[in-house]
Amino acid sequence: MSQVSETTVDRPVDTSHMKVSSTNVAIEVIGMHKWYSDFHVLRDINLKVMEGERIVIAGPSGSGKSTLIRCINRLEEHQEGQIIVNGTELTADLKRIDEVRREVGMVFQHFNLFPHLTILENLTLAPIWVRGIPKAEAEATAMHYLERVKIPEQALKYPGQLSGGQQQRVAIARSLCMQPKIMLFDEPTSALDPEMVKEVLEVMISLAEEGMTMICVTHEMGFARQVANRVIFMDQGQIIEQNEPEAFFSNPQHERTKLFLSQILH
Amino acid sequence: MTTLDTGPAAAPRVAFYNDPVIRGIIYQVVVAVLLVTFIAWIVGNTATNLAAQNKTTGFDFLWKTAGFDISFSLLPWSRGSYYWEAFLVGITNTLLVAFIGIILATMLGFTIGIARLSSNFIVARLATIYIETIRNIPLLLQLFFWYFAVLKAMPAVRESLALPLDIFINQRGLMVPRPTPDQEFTWVLVTFGLALAGAIALGIWATRVRTLTGKYPREVVLAGKVADACVTFLVAFTALFILFSVAFPLSHAPLVAAVVAVVLAAFSLTRFAAISRGVLTFLIAFVLLDTIVGAMFAWVPSLLVSVLSAMIALTIARVGYVGALSRPPSEARFPLALLVLIALGVPGLVYWLTGATLVFEVPVLQRFNFVGGLQLPPEFVALAFGLTIYTAAFIAETVRGGIQAVSRGQTEAAQSLGLKDGDRLRLVVVPQAMRVIIPPLTSQYLNLTKNSSLGAAIGYPELVNVFAGTSLNQTGRAIECIAMVMLVYLTLSLLTSAIMNWYNARVSLVER
Repeated sequence: MSQVSETTVDRPVDTSHMKVSSTNVAIEVIGMHKWYSDFHVLRDINLKVMEGERIVIAGPSGSGKSTLIRCINRLEEHQEGQIIVNGTELTADLKRIDEVRREVGMVFQHFNLFPHLTILENLTLAPIWVRGIPKAEAEATAMHYLERVKIPEQALKYPGQLSGGQQQRVAIARSLCMQPKIMLFDEPTSALDPEMVKEVLEVMISLAEEGMTMICVTHEMGFARQVANRVIFMDQGQIIEQNEPEAFFSNPQHERTKLFLSQILH
Repeated sequence: MTTLDTGPAAAPRVAFYNDPVIRGIIYQVVVAVLLVTFIAWIVGNTATNLAAQNKTTGFDFLWKTAGFDISFSLLPWSRGSYYWEAFLVGITNTLLVAFIGIILATMLGFTIGIARLSSNFIVARLATIYIETIRNIPLLLQLFFWYFAVLKAMPAVRESLALPLDIFINQRGLMVPRPTPDQEFTWVLVTFGLALAGAIALGIWATRVRTLTGKYPREVVLAGKVADACVTFLVAFTALFILFSVAFPLSHAPLVAAVVAVVLAAFSLTRFAAISRGVLTFLIAFVLLDTIVGAMFAWVPSLLVSVLSAMIALTIARVGYVGALSRPPSEARFPLALLVLIALGVPGLVYWLTGATLVFEVPVLQRFNFVGGLQLPPEFVALAFGLTIYTAAFIAETVRGGIQAVSRGQTEAAQSLGLKDGDRLRLVVVPQAMRVIIPPLTSQYLNLTKNSSLGAAIGYPELVNVFAGTSLNQTGRAIECIAMVMLVYLTLSLLTSAIMNWYNARVSLVER
């Protein structure tokens, strides 16, 4: 069983003002399949994400959660079906892939900061070379986001000098510097010590409060309860069940979901 | 028993032989005394033995005439030269073969190393076979192979094999044309150096402006467009000229070629640039395939060759066309064409204006031997070739390891931020891979330099052969000769290490 934590932040999170658009679709996945040679990782995935939604994807290890969100910015290729992000369908066309990646930020389990660049350079690299933003302006934006994740004093240090939690916050800030419309989180807290999980979750909650469309693959069920507007349960490459967090946790429909929840919630 | 804490208590006294600091000092003193005793014994013993054999020592022999021949030398050498001159000839010959070997091995090694990571099955497999074969056979055996089995097995002088570009190969080695530049050509070389430096400076400046303001400087973008058009014109003209004068002769070949090239160049400035690029790719591919394949397989009907070439060229052109479609606009593109044009065009212009000439003196077969040209002895060719092939296999593994050491996550992070492949390699992957590659690469360079001493086995007059071989035998000053040779290799190695260590310290990662 994968590690599951119930870490929550100490303050009440008010989700009532987090608006979910009823008309604007951010991501649409239609009848998508993916194979790793013979292995059928994702089977017939259908998913519609509206702007402003906070979705948590849960499920046992190897159920295809990470693969699914990695398909959304084409770090992985799907073989069948359609993925439409912000109105752009992902195909082999490099131009479309670039277009989607510019609008979709991603945060990884192992941070993947660039170790040879300072924190500030990590944050300004893509804005300068992808968006063509002047250096001074990119640095101002970078400092703004570093303040948001509460580590502006680390700007001139290198990633290796920071703690895991700080590195993950830098990684979130790095994605935000590209001003994405959608954020994907691939187990952002799994590699962190418990006390660092909280500081990262804080940042994620504040993002949600600003109306960011988010998809999080995570084992943080506390976060799912507090922030998500929809929890998706996956097993063996399929979406088994999805529901609002309250209903999902108190009244799971599917046998597999019940088993999973009974194992992680005591 | 517990006591009340009443401030810092005096440390309990330790016996002096249990104190780690004093122990350390005692060990150091013991080692130093042993070492000095050992050295004194060696020196005293050697001196006594040499005196008993009535052998003299000292470096006075350096100023005596050597009286032997050296088959290959960059410095003036005759039988009447002194031993110190033999020493210098040995050093220059070692440095020459090491220098050439390092450059060629680096180029070959990087190519093979990257090829081994290729997603193309055949390319990757071939690279693997090359590496596994070459690095598992002793270098000395390989040198013997190249020298005795390949170069010495070449035909005699009268039956020399003629290679393209007036190069000949026979038992006596490789005969290549010797460039004989005239006085004015110096200026061409000087302008080439200046233009190259200027182009690099311009590139650095443009990149700096690009970082600071987000855009390449306007003048550079404009000049870059013109340069693009110029390069398109030149390439198109050359390809078309060859096409219409060799493959499909036309009466007004230059004129037709020029007109079509101008049209293509003009197109490359408009939004039809991709089409222009596609046509250009087709032309180059077709001309190359049609002429080369046509010449190689003369017995195949030329029409068939042309049709096949056209089909292959069309496929390649499609790739060029699609690539051009996704090219960023010239405002956002590094002005590479401009820089190449400056570096090559300016010296070309000087060459044309000053009327400088660069004539190649071609080797010509006379009655008994070749006259003129540059004669590379088989010992040199075999050694340079063998060292290159051997070291390249190791460099290839170093390069592969370096690239693979950059984790997949780095690539994914760069991709998810939207960085294009070129920027991703340049800004993220290569800087990290180089840190891993540089230290082992240094030791490969040192290995190659030291391995060049195996040239002694095939008779190449490098340092060991000339000085620790012939000179030592003639003078009998073994200690002096060996010490001098060792000192040379030590100096070369320490110098290389010092430079590489400095570089490594400069780029190493900050961890804490």
